[in-house]
Amino acid sequence: MKFGILVNEGPYTHQASDTAYHFSAAALRAGHEIVRVFFYHDGVNNGTRLSVPPQDDRNVSERWSELAKQHDVELILCVAASQRRGLLDADEAKRAGKDTDNMAEGFQISGLGQLIDAGIQADRFVVFGD
Amino acid sequence: MASKKFLYINRKPPHGTIYAQESLEVVLIGAAFEQDVSLAFVDDGVYQLLRDQDTSAIGSKNFAPTFGALGDYDVSKIYVERESLELRGLTKDDLMPLTYEDEDDDWAEKDSIRVVGSEELAEILEQQDVLLNF
Repeated sequence: MKFGILVNEGPYTHQASDTAYHFSAAALRAGHEIVRVFFYHDGVNNGTRLSVPPQDDRNVSERWSELAKQHDVELILCVAASQRRGLLDADEAKRAGKDTDNMAEGFQISGLGQLIDAGIQADRFVVFGD
Repeated sequence: MASKKFLYINRKPPHGTIYAQESLEVVLIGAAFEQDVSLAFVDDGVYQLLRDQDTSAIGSKNFAPTFGALGDYDVSKIYVERESLELRGLTKDDLMPLTYEDEDDDWAEKDSIRVVGSEELAEILEQQDVLLNF
């Protein structure tokens, strides 16, 4: 089965991203396909490479990056939501005159059309949020 | 590819959090994909459709007028849950008028908002392919 995933909350404050991760990993283990994971609202904060959680805690961003690397899963951050919250890839950072980007490995910035497209492509679309 | 039935469920008030504002952005972008789109407003989400909203005192963007454009985007099915209105002491008259032009009826201007009970809304949810919950 093809799943589309939407993550609407940032890391640590809410469990949404953790649950979405565990759901996605379990679906892939069971032989299903993840069409795309789309991050919206504060969910875009999952895509930063600059978070430094304590060593005895999970690293939410890195965990997503590893999943993307292992299973070739598309991780997409909404561009408008990202710009509001300071999530920038190298191109966006340059264009906005900022001194760094903060995109974690495996994440890409794209438009809301990718969210609708995931809904169209997927057999089941699952929303993780507040 | 055949179009799918998308329903956006709006559960949160227009201000206090950004969910309502950013969700409306999804609806507008999604309208370009020529899918079968409906919106439902439940719980505090019904406050998003209150008429005469004024955000000048809180300094946040008043995006309520954007709802008025939905008809032009071919989004004409807007469901508001009756129980959510009643619990908040509201009636349909407290909501902004939202209309669309019906191309199958000589472009007659029609009401987009339908107040439905929770049981009917449950049936409407059951008929959808994609539920986007905000």
